[in-house]
Amino acid sequence: MQRIGVFVCHCGTNIAATVDVKKVSEVLLNEPGVVFATDYQYMCSEAGQNMIKEAIKEHKLTGVVICSCSPRMHEATFRKAVASVGLNPYMLEVANIREQCSWIHKNVEEATEKAIILGRAAIAKVHLNAPLTAGQTPVTKRALVIGGGIAGIQCALDIADAGYQVDIVEKEPTVGGKMTKIDKTFPTLDCSSCILTPKMVDVAQNENITIYSYSEVESVKGFVGNFTVGIKRKARYVKEDICTGCGLCTEKCPQKKVPNDYNLGLDNKRAIYIPFAQAVPKVATIDADYCTMLKTGKCGVCSKVCTAGAIDYTQKDEIIEENYGAIVVATGYNPIKLDAYEEFGYSQSPDVVTSLEFERLMSASGPNGGHLVRPSDHTEPKTIVFVQCVGSRSTTECGKPYCSKICCMYTCKHAMLCREKYPDTEVYVFYIDVRTPGKNYDEFYRRAVEEYNVHYIKGMVGKVAPENGKLKVQASDLLNNEQLHIDADMVVLAAAIEPDKSARPLATLLTASMDTNDFFTEAHAKLRPVESPTAGVFLAGCAQGPKDIPETVTQAGACASKVIGLLAKDHLVGNPCVAHPDEMMCNGCSTCANVCPYGAITYENKDYSRRKDGTMIRRVAQVNPAVCQGCGCCTVACPSGAMDLYGFSTKQIVAEVDAICR
Amino acid sequence: MQQAIIAKAKELLANGSVNRVIGWKKGEFSYDITPDVFTTAEAIDADFVYDDFCGANVSKFLMKISKGEGKTLAFLKPCDSYSFAQLLKEHRIDREKVYVVGIPCDGKADINKIRENGIDGVLSIKEDGSNYVIDTLYGEKTIAKADVYAERCVNCKSKKHVDVDEMLGEEGDVIASNRFEMVEKIEAMSSEEKYEFWKNELSRCIRCNACRNVCPACTCENCVFDNPNSDINNKAAANSFEENMYHIIRAFHVAGRCTDCGECSRVCPQNIPIHLLNRKIIKDVNELYGEYQAGADPDERYPLVNFTYGDCEPSVVYERGGDK
Repeated sequence: MQRIGVFVCHCGTNIAATVDVKKVSEVLLNEPGVVFATDYQYMCSEAGQNMIKEAIKEHKLTGVVICSCSPRMHEATFRKAVASVGLNPYMLEVANIREQCSWIHKNVEEATEKAIILGRAAIAKVHLNAPLTAGQTPVTKRALVIGGGIAGIQCALDIADAGYQVDIVEKEPTVGGKMTKIDKTFPTLDCSSCILTPKMVDVAQNENITIYSYSEVESVKGFVGNFTVGIKRKARYVKEDICTGCGLCTEKCPQKKVPNDYNLGLDNKRAIYIPFAQAVPKVATIDADYCTMLKTGKCGVCSKVCTAGAIDYTQKDEIIEENYGAIVVATGYNPIKLDAYEEFGYSQSPDVVTSLEFERLMSASGPNGGHLVRPSDHTEPKTIVFVQCVGSRSTTECGKPYCSKICCMYTCKHAMLCREKYPDTEVYVFYIDVRTPGKNYDEFYRRAVEEYNVHYIKGMVGKVAPENGKLKVQASDLLNNEQLHIDADMVVLAAAIEPDKSARPLATLLTASMDTNDFFTEAHAKLRPVESPTAGVFLAGCAQGPKDIPETVTQAGACASKVIGLLAKDHLVGNPCVAHPDEMMCNGCSTCANVCPYGAITYENKDYSRRKDGTMIRRVAQVNPAVCQGCGCCTVACPSGAMDLYGFSTKQIVAEVDAICR
Repeated sequence: MQQAIIAKAKELLANGSVNRVIGWKKGEFSYDITPDVFTTAEAIDADFVYDDFCGANVSKFLMKISKGEGKTLAFLKPCDSYSFAQLLKEHRIDREKVYVVGIPCDGKADINKIRENGIDGVLSIKEDGSNYVIDTLYGEKTIAKADVYAERCVNCKSKKHVDVDEMLGEEGDVIASNRFEMVEKIEAMSSEEKYEFWKNELSRCIRCNACRNVCPACTCENCVFDNPNSDINNKAAANSFEENMYHIIRAFHVAGRCTDCGECSRVCPQNIPIHLLNRKIIKDVNELYGEYQAGADPDERYPLVNFTYGDCEPSVVYERGGDK
C-alpha cells in the first residue's frame, strides 16, 4: 500500500477563488492510502516545496499528489523537489485543478467537487505508479533551419558562429526570402538589398553552413537531439556545382513568356532563370512547366550555349537524409490572396496592386528599374490611394482576425517615398488605426504626415471602380463624417499576411502545434517564446506570428541561442515514460511499427520453444527506449494489448477513469 | 472439382513438394464439414471432401500448421485468399512455407437457408447447372442455387484470388457487390431503432467464442477476452450490456484488417449477423479514407495505421450527422 501525501495549491486566488481548497484537502485525506493532506498558498514557492519535502520525510510518503496548475507548468519543479529528498520523481502526479478547473468554472461548489474528483483520479493513478529511471541520449551537433529568409539566415549565421554545423533548406532557388523583394526598409529607409546581400554572401561562404536551395523537407523522424530528416532536392535541371551563374542561358532561352515570380508576375522571365542578380547560390534553374525541351524534347538552346556544360535535362528529384539535433522553423509568410475582396477591384485593374507588388514597382531591380509607373499604361501616377487593413483585423470569414503588424509602417514608408521621389503626387492613406509602437516608428509616421504632407484619413475605402483609365475610389472620412470620392491613378492594398502554405504540412511532420491561423505556437507565450512545445523544434520569424525585420532578426538570434544551448550538451536526459511490449502477448503484426511516428519499434525473432509445444520462434516487437517519446500511439493501436506505456499504463488510466466515475 | 483437387493434392504429396495438405473432411453430418490436415494419399482417399458445403476458410489454420517441417498445401477460394494475404501482411504466416492452389468458387450453400426452404434430413449435395440436387432422408430434392447461397456468397465481392502459386480452373474478376445494402438500412434507422435491432440480435449471444476462434483477423497470441490483465476478460457472467460490448470490441479490434470473409456469421450457432458490424466499419473506412479492401494489396498499409495529409479531420463525425 502506498503512503500518499496530497498537497493542494491556492495559486493565490487563481485556484482558491473558485475552489474551496481546504475542503479539497480534507476530503482527499479520506481517500485510501492518503496519510497526509494539506493546502498552501503557493506550492511552487520555496516554502511550498519545503513543505512537500518535510512531509515526505515526516510521513514516509511513497507517493505524492499535487493539486495545482497544469503539469506542463510545474511538474518538473515538483519532480525535482521530491527527488531531492530521495523519492523517485515518477511517484508524483499532478492533478490540474487550475486550467482544467478553477479557471473555467464560476460556481465554487461545482468547481470544488470537480477538483476533488480530479485529485481522486490522481490518487488512484499514484497507487499504480512505479519508480522509473530516465536514460540518456546523445545529441547530434548539427542544426537544420527550414526557410532561408532573413529569419533563417540570421539564425543559421548565429548558430554557425558558435561553431556548429547548420543546414538551410530553402524551397526557392535562392535564399533571401521576402526581404529580397523589398525596396527600402523602415524606419531608416536603407536599401533592403544593401543590408541583406552581405548576409546572403556570409551564409554562402560560411564553412559551417550548407545551403539546400530549391529543396523541401520531406520527412522527419526521431526526436530532440536525434532527428533524421529527409530533404527533397527538387530537380533544377542544372548541375549546381558546375554552373558558374554567368547567365548566358537566361539571355538565350527562346521561351520568354514565363511569369516572373520574383517580380510577383509583373513582368516575364525566361524558362531558365536566375531569380535576381544577387541570388545565392547563383545558379540557373529551369522552370519545368515552361521549358520547351522538357515538355517536347525539342530545343536544347541553354545546353548549347552553356560553356560549363551544366545543363542536365535528365535530372530527377533526389531525396537525401541528414541527422540533426535541433530544427528551426523559419517558413515565413505570404500576403493573402485578394480574390475575396472584389470591392477593391484587384482583379479588374492592373493599377490596383498589393503593397508587395508596389515594392517591386518602386525597386531598382523591379520591372521598371525603379521608375514608378502604372502597370496598365506606363504613365506616372499622380494620385495614389493606399488602403490599410485589407483582410487584417477582420471579423469576416475571408479575412484574418489578427493585426498583420507591418502594414502601418510599410504603407507610411511607401507614402513617404512617393512624395519624396515624385513630389507632385497626391498620396492618400485610409486607415482604421495607425499603429506605430517601436523605436523611431512614431517619429517616422509623424514625418510622413508633417513633412511629406501625406493625407492620412481615418476610414475605410468602400469601393474601387476602374473607369476611363482612372480608379474611382469611394471612401468615408470618419473624423469629418463625410463621404469622399477620389479619382486615383493607382490603389495600393495592404493585404494581410498569413503563414506560408508549407507550414501546416510541416507542422504535421514535426508534430509541432499551430494556432487556428496556422502560426506555430510557442511553448510559452511569454517565457519560452522561441521554442515550440515539441522539444528540439524552435521558431523564428513570421512562422510564429507577424513581425517586421528588426523583430525577426532579434527573434532569430534568440532562437539561435536556444539551439546553441541544446547543441552544446553532449547528452540529454530521456523520458522514462516509454512504451514496452509484453512479448508473451505480442503477435508481431507490425501495427505498432506502422503507427509509431518516431520509428522506435523494430522486430526480433525470439525463441519461445517449450518442451510441451516444440520449436516456437516468434516475431516480437522491441521498443528502442532512446527513440520512443511515450506518445502512446502504439498502445492504442496494438490489437492484442501487448504494448503498454510506463507511467501511463492502461491499468493506471482505467483506474483514473474508474475514480472519476465512482 | 473434388477430383481435380484430390489429384492435385496427391500429386504434390507424391513428388515431395509439400509435406501436408490442409483440406476439408466430413463431420457428423454431410453439411457439417471441418477443415483437416492430410499427410498421405490414403488419408485423402478416405476422408477428403470438397463440395458446396465446404465454406470453411482454411487460411487461419495455416498459421499453426505451416510451422511444421516443409511446405503445406492449401486450397484457397477467392475470399480465403484475401484472409491469407492479410495474415501474410501481419507476419502471421511465412509465405515460403505454404503452397497455395487457387480454386474458383461460385458460392457455397447455407444449410440454414436449405432448411428454411423446407428441406430437412440432408444427406449430400450435388451440383446440377444452376440447381442443387440434394439427397435427403425423405428423397431427392432440387432447389435453385441462388435460393440457398450463403449471404456472403450472394454479396460476393471478388472471384479473383490475391496470392496463389497455381490455379485450378479459371481465375475470375473482382465483382461489384451489394454487400453494404443491409448496413445502409441500419444506418437509416434512428438511434433507438438501431439500439433495439442490435439489442435483439446480440441478446442471443451465448459467448461460445466461435466467431473469434474462426476469424482470420483474430489471431492474437493471447486474446484480450482471455487475458486476466486486460480487465475485460470473463465478462460472460456480467450484465448483458458488457456482454454485447464483446462484439463491438471485437469489431474494433479487427477494424481495417477484416477482409469481410463472413466466417463469423457462418459459424455463429445463434445466427447473429456479426459480419454487419465489420461491414459498417469497412464502409466507413471506404467513405472516410477511400476504397480499401483488406488483403487485396500485400504491401499497402491499412488506412487506420497510415497517415496521409488528406485524412479526414475528427469533425467529420458531425458532418456525417453525429451528435455534438
